[in-house]
Amino acid sequence: MSTEATSDLDLEEEFAVKRSPIQRLQMTLHRYPWLSSLIVLVVVVLIFGLVNERFLLPSTISLMIQQTVIVGTLAIAQTLIILTAGIDLSIGAIMIFGQMLMANFAVYTTASNVLPIAGQNPWVAIFLGICAATAAGAVNGFLIVRFNLPPFIVTLGTWSVFMGLTLILFKARTIQGPEMPDEMKLMGESFPIGPFNFSIGVITMFLLYLLFAWILKNTAWGTHVYAVGDDPVAAQLTGINTKRVLFSVYLVAGVVMGIAAYITIGRVQSASPNVDPMLNLQTITAVVIGGTSLFGGRGAVIGSLLGALIVNAVEMGLSLAGVDQSYRTTAIGLLVILAVGVDQWIRKVKA
Amino acid sequence: MSEPIVKGRNLVKRFGSVVGLNHADFDLFPGEVLAVIGDNGAGKSTLIKCFAGAHLPDEGEMWVAGEQVAFKSTHEAREHGVETVFQTLAVAPALDISANLYLGRELRKPGFLGKVFRQMDKKRMRQESGQHLQDLGIMTVQNISQAVETLSGGQRQAVSVARAAAFGSKVIILDEPTAALGVRESAKVLSLIQDLRERGISVILISHNMPQVFEVADRIHVQRLGHRAAVVTPQTHSMNDAVAIMTGALQVPENEQTLTPLGSPA
Repeated sequence: MSTEATSDLDLEEEFAVKRSPIQRLQMTLHRYPWLSSLIVLVVVVLIFGLVNERFLLPSTISLMIQQTVIVGTLAIAQTLIILTAGIDLSIGAIMIFGQMLMANFAVYTTASNVLPIAGQNPWVAIFLGICAATAAGAVNGFLIVRFNLPPFIVTLGTWSVFMGLTLILFKARTIQGPEMPDEMKLMGESFPIGPFNFSIGVITMFLLYLLFAWILKNTAWGTHVYAVGDDPVAAQLTGINTKRVLFSVYLVAGVVMGIAAYITIGRVQSASPNVDPMLNLQTITAVVIGGTSLFGGRGAVIGSLLGALIVNAVEMGLSLAGVDQSYRTTAIGLLVILAVGVDQWIRKVKA
Repeated sequence: MSEPIVKGRNLVKRFGSVVGLNHADFDLFPGEVLAVIGDNGAGKSTLIKCFAGAHLPDEGEMWVAGEQVAFKSTHEAREHGVETVFQTLAVAPALDISANLYLGRELRKPGFLGKVFRQMDKKRMRQESGQHLQDLGIMTVQNISQAVETLSGGQRQAVSVARAAAFGSKVIILDEPTAALGVRESAKVLSLIQDLRERGISVILISHNMPQVFEVADRIHVQRLGHRAAVVTPQTHSMNDAVAIMTGALQVPENEQTLTPLGSPA
């Protein structure tokens, strides 16, 4: 930061104020919102590594990363939406909807007695599943943009709607791995990189993070996403079509949920409508711990990956240390509150 | 006599049963600073919002640079060279100065990266924002990647004015630019307005602050009950006269008004 601006221009002295180390830390965190979560992740890993050497084993780390792949991928979609000052409670339901649609199309023999579909080309099935998730995202976007409804309420509603629709269309039947062709489970295939073990799903997730980090930073659309979340009225006055930006965010988030659906089938090696019902809240936890503000307009997608990893590292570390599940849940809760507290403090930064 | 760069005739704007503009006329001549004053509810904001593209008048006609216009969005007004600095400034606080200057009209990289991947040319945006700010003498270049929310009120105003002035605009509308500022920062904004005039840009200034209006304005448009009550100059009328016109205590016959541009606009 330019705390020692050198120029003879008028307002120069106002920039050259002396700052205390705490203020400088605040400024830096303000500029790089994901930095605090990176620090937390490093500290968490170091502490648990010291407590239990098994924590730092490549196999443990590989497992930890693989465990974050579902929440981690969905958190990309959640980050985009939270950056616009919205929230998506239907994120898990849409993912399950896409997943069940994919699996039912690809399964060898008919699984659903409502939609007698089966034996489709698996790639067609995957494509249709992603399309279905995209359409579901578009429904959210349409309701929010067209009728000016709060995202919280809209997605609270669509959460139930898509959950119900999934059960109506595909029954509550879990499709087991062997019922589907191998292409459907591709994302679960793992391979070694050095001592670590990665799955194709994990690599896909990393690539998605890189892609969206680049898009948000380097395209006008990315800037507009931030601007709309920051101050929608201002964004509109500068000539940005805020409605189109908002709608496109929900649409793109739907695509990501569709990809997450495919990754989930690979990770779980089956397709079940009973995947964790708390997925939506878990993604919000990851996003918030990752330093993205729930008030919109600030944050970075990469922070959400760190946030998801922190949650998993804390879970894994405490469990290796023999801490009971209920204490682990409590610890994650405290972490969320701490993250929001830090966010509020960072937002108070002043010149 | 030169032609007005912005002209409005018989403008009417109603909001339900409330009449915002009641057959208002308006003239802005090239290279002048025209202040618009009036009591609350006199239709100052409604009037300028028509030219800014934020409102579409119900009746009446508008011209910009001789061309008849009807702006449906701020974007359309901009394309005709009319830029507005809104009272709220319309900045995105978390974005940096250069992103704010180019908000809604980002530059793309030339060639493949820009066309296919739609990559922004951030380097050029930063350089040019720095240049624009320096042209107006308002900021050091090395601060261009600073978030706008870390700036003071006056600096934010300066960023907003720079944005309006940066894109070859012919007319800049400033809505209460000093309302939220202290004495020192207000002085800075007033000198910015004079800079704009020297660069040949016509300025419409909405203000409640009489001393400031009388300091910078070439002509003063007094709005009352939704229409133009009079146009005077700081030379022909005093602040008390202006207040009297605003309240209706004083009526100025047309031959005592200044409806044409001053002899030699500065």
